[in-house]
Amino acid sequence: MIKTDALIIGAGPTGLFTAHQLKLIGLSCEVVDNLDKIGGQCIELYPDKPIYDIPAVPECTGEELTNNLINQLKPFDIKFHLSERVDEVKKEKDLWQVKTNNGTIFNTPNIIIAGGVGSFEPRKFSSKECEKYEGESIFYSIKNKTIFKNKTISIFGGGDSALDWAVELSSNSKVNLIHRREEFRGAKATLNRVHELEKEGKISLFTKYQLKTVKGNGKLNSIDIEHDNKEIKNLKTDYVLGFFGLIMQLGPIANWGLNLNKKTIEVDTEKFETNQKGIYAVGDICSYPGKLKLILSGFHEGALAARACFRLAKPDEKYRFEFTTTSTSLLKRLGKKE
Amino acid sequence: MPKITYIENNGKSHTVEVDKGLTVMEGAVQNNIPGIDADCGGGMACATCHVYVKDEWYNKINEKSEGEDDMLDQAFEPNKFSRLSCQILVSEEIDGLTVDLPKKQ
Repeated sequence: MIKTDALIIGAGPTGLFTAHQLKLIGLSCEVVDNLDKIGGQCIELYPDKPIYDIPAVPECTGEELTNNLINQLKPFDIKFHLSERVDEVKKEKDLWQVKTNNGTIFNTPNIIIAGGVGSFEPRKFSSKECEKYEGESIFYSIKNKTIFKNKTISIFGGGDSALDWAVELSSNSKVNLIHRREEFRGAKATLNRVHELEKEGKISLFTKYQLKTVKGNGKLNSIDIEHDNKEIKNLKTDYVLGFFGLIMQLGPIANWGLNLNKKTIEVDTEKFETNQKGIYAVGDICSYPGKLKLILSGFHEGALAARACFRLAKPDEKYRFEFTTTSTSLLKRLGKKE
Repeated sequence: MPKITYIENNGKSHTVEVDKGLTVMEGAVQNNIPGIDADCGGGMACATCHVYVKDEWYNKINEKSEGEDDMLDQAFEPNKFSRLSCQILVSEEIDGLTVDLPKKQ
């Protein structure tokens, strides 16, 4: 079990700066994120898109912003728990006990939810039939590629994941690549490679088609795909892979007894606390009158929530406001003074 | 003020007045019409304001934005009438526009 002054859920820009603020005022913190990397929406949705409204940063991409925030955390020792999703939160005497899907348990007086619009989960096929085969013959990510050797694989999607896997798997398997339109959004070089492999007969390309149904008897054996003009084709296949990107789901947070407003969590604007004492929400996931879903708002909200954590983490001490320009104790924590 | 009609997947229809200059997504959100989530708030960074534009209207609204189709690849059951409603601008010209909402976002 891990004891910490505050647990941050979400490693996007707001979660990262909130961690900075907690460490700066002398509190310990740990960060959990469902994604396998730091950065949240900035990294997952728009790593290359420029952002123009971060104060004092005229232009930076989602990736650059993330890297700068990680650099800003360098003076501090912060443990990140990536690829873990917080599943359960319950009250244990005066503390919150938090459990992740990997079985990690935290005991903390403060939980700061910086969860963006929830956790990222793969977009799945809409056909109900697909659920029966999920994890057996239908996958949305690949953990063990050796199972595909000498098999027929039907890959759906038009982004980098779909193209990269089509190219990679075509060396040892028969690959069908199916996409709903003619244009692909993946890297041009990979797309060129796909077209070469198509000429060599290693990849069969089906554009303007989408999955209609899956057929099998306990074991998947074929799929029907439907063209925009309603024409249907049956493809023999052993495996189906879907790469439609990630969608955001509020997930287990919905069951923690918090006041919700659509997919957001209601907070006050002094401490950014929810209706549960010691649980705060900051960034895109919180709502209050006048809320703006801007990164700069998340920074402000995180800074205030961090100060609010102080009273529960160190009930016998009093928080004193200080500036990083002049405070010896802050400069020590930042490693700028002995 | 232009009127926009949103038809939920269960057939329930909502006709509301939407200010010129807003988007079809904003019209839905401000009028609490269920079925449009708009998680990213109109940044074209998600596909949760997906709608199907009625055939007769499809060529009368503003064209798709750059990158809109890339996001639509990630929508639930897209088809050739799919649009992101945050990219459809409301004007007098589209008074009467009708959009169907997908089964889910």
